[in-house]
Amino acid sequence: MTGENAVRLRPPRNAVDERAVTWWRSRLLATTAVPVVVLAVLGALIGPARSWLLIAAGAVAAVGLGCAAFLPSWWFRVHRWEVTDDAVYVRTGAFWQEWRIAPMSRIQTVDTSRGPLEQLFRLATVTVTTASSKGAIRIAGLDHELAAGLAERLTVITQATPGDAT
Amino acid sequence: MSEDRAVEAYQDTDWLRLDPRTVLVRVVLFAGVLAGAALPVAFGLAGSRPLWQAFAWVAGGAALALAVTVVAETVRFRRTRYRVGRERVELHTGLLVVQRRSLGRERIRSADLTANPLQRVFGLVKLRIGTGEHTSGGESTLELDLVTRAEGERLRHELLARVTATAPEDPDHDNALAVLDPRWIRYAPVSFVAPALGGAAAGAVMQVSEWFGAQGEVIDWIGDRFRDVSVPWMIVGLILLATAAGAVGALGLWVEMWWNYRLEREPGGTVRVSRGLFTTRSVSLEERRLRGIELVEPLGVRLCGAARVDAVATGLSESGDDRHTDLKTLLPAVGRETADRVAAQVLREPEPPTGAPLAAHPRAARTRRLGWALWSVGVPVAILAVLGLLLTPVLLYVAAGCAVVLTPVAVLFALDAYRGLGHGVSGAYLVTRSGTLRRATVALQRSGVIGWTVKQSYFQRRAGILTLTATTAAGAGAYDILDAGQSQGLTFAAGAVPELLAPFLEPVPTTEARST
Repeated sequence: MTGENAVRLRPPRNAVDERAVTWWRSRLLATTAVPVVVLAVLGALIGPARSWLLIAAGAVAAVGLGCAAFLPSWWFRVHRWEVTDDAVYVRTGAFWQEWRIAPMSRIQTVDTSRGPLEQLFRLATVTVTTASSKGAIRIAGLDHELAAGLAERLTVITQATPGDAT
Repeated sequence: MSEDRAVEAYQDTDWLRLDPRTVLVRVVLFAGVLAGAALPVAFGLAGSRPLWQAFAWVAGGAALALAVTVVAETVRFRRTRYRVGRERVELHTGLLVVQRRSLGRERIRSADLTANPLQRVFGLVKLRIGTGEHTSGGESTLELDLVTRAEGERLRHELLARVTATAPEDPDHDNALAVLDPRWIRYAPVSFVAPALGGAAAGAVMQVSEWFGAQGEVIDWIGDRFRDVSVPWMIVGLILLATAAGAVGALGLWVEMWWNYRLEREPGGTVRVSRGLFTTRSVSLEERRLRGIELVEPLGVRLCGAARVDAVATGLSESGDDRHTDLKTLLPAVGRETADRVAAQVLREPEPPTGAPLAAHPRAARTRRLGWALWSVGVPVAILAVLGLLLTPVLLYVAAGCAVVLTPVAVLFALDAYRGLGHGVSGAYLVTRSGTLRRATVALQRSGVIGWTVKQSYFQRRAGILTLTATTAAGAGAYDILDAGQSQGLTFAAGAVPELLAPFLEPVPTTEARST
């Protein structure tokens, strides 16, 4: 696909916070632990199906551990973000990668959210929505102070931009 | 708005009530539903006790429910009032808790009238007033349920006609963009409605017979009809029967939906669709809400050279509120040329943007579709074959038959899907086309694109293609350009909507090093 004027999307300038890797990893481990524990407890209690339940628990644990070992660092390499004077530009994903661009003039709301795990790692997620029902942009894994500053900056910029954003 | 009208509007701040017959209509409707539900319940109860006893129970329950409804509807009617002020439209309603809703008149974008047969007998209509904004909880619509037809029309005109005073109405001038042509009905049986209705009819026969405990007899009766033929022919016969029933149903539904159809441009910058045989509907669409047009060709309709025209407009939410999905249809399935012409007229364009020549997509897109087709046939066939090896050789023959029959079909669909792919720019519109079972050509105003999403899977990265999605406030919220060439697609997107994507593009270094 290399022609005379071949172009591609450049990576956004900023990486997410390094603590995001640990956050993602803990989240994966937590979501793996729940079914594994349930299956293991059931396996311990239900005699006839013990071997099947324990095998299932082992399989889920193996997949979960594999993901936790492998995915977060991949995500960290891919997840990048950038806010210019004109637009918000974000890259996410791993196997399926996604670049999202929303111009400042079309941004309607800017929210920050912090789940319990994110609070533990002092991280926050900034969600930028536009008038489109499918155009929301999420920047996850930002340092919470940086996220608060970013949300404030975006709010100021979008309020200063005229138009009804549709 | 002239001085007099403004003063009039300002003074017009009395609270108004709905029409008193609303109570009657709703009680009658509820009584009908109740009767429909009571019969099967009564028959169900009759299984365990005498028939008269079951009916007495059900009748008692129904009478009680009806009495409660009468009281509740009367209270609701007494508590519901609305007011059209100069700045706001307000509605107070509610049974136990009074809800107060108000919409700024500036924000009102739609006022739609519907009337089902019962409401029409009483000369009443339901009026929905919407602001055309995507809000969760649906707070952006007011529903006046019900007012007289004259009052509904008056409100519709008053709420939408912002510039009526400057553009006086001319009753002689015909503003119709399209009126019903009875010949269009020939496209009704080829839509996907027909098989769905056929299946539903067959299901309904089974369900009703089960209520009366006669399902076995019905099956026996059908078996008797087909006594002289073999089982495969019986299946073919039944399918043909269901298809015929579905086709008849589709014709009936089409007549109900599109009778008296008329698409017209109204003074004040709205496009209005009015239609319906029993249930009449009037949908008004402000032109400044319109972001484009979608030309939809379901497979059967496409094979007959026809297409349907949908509006891509803000505030016609597709998800969540299923009752209103048909509101966006501007034109039923008609010949392709008519559809293009009407699309152009609605958009006030000299040439239909949906008819513009489109750029084809790279070969990798075709390879991808062929791959999907072969997988979608190969996986079930492989499962059947493995089961056949393990259990019975009959399944092996079934697997072979499936492979022989389905592979060409899947390949044909894949090639057709690839041929359908296309994108381009036509004047002020971004045009993208995709789909095979439901081919859709979307013409979206380039100024209505409010963002881009670029998606690339691992396989797409290897094949050098990507999926571009233009997000917009209107219609489905996002429209895809599937599997465009990487460089070509990005250049196209950057050119179609200036200054949005361009700052984030970089030239690919000649020693190709793919990004992570």
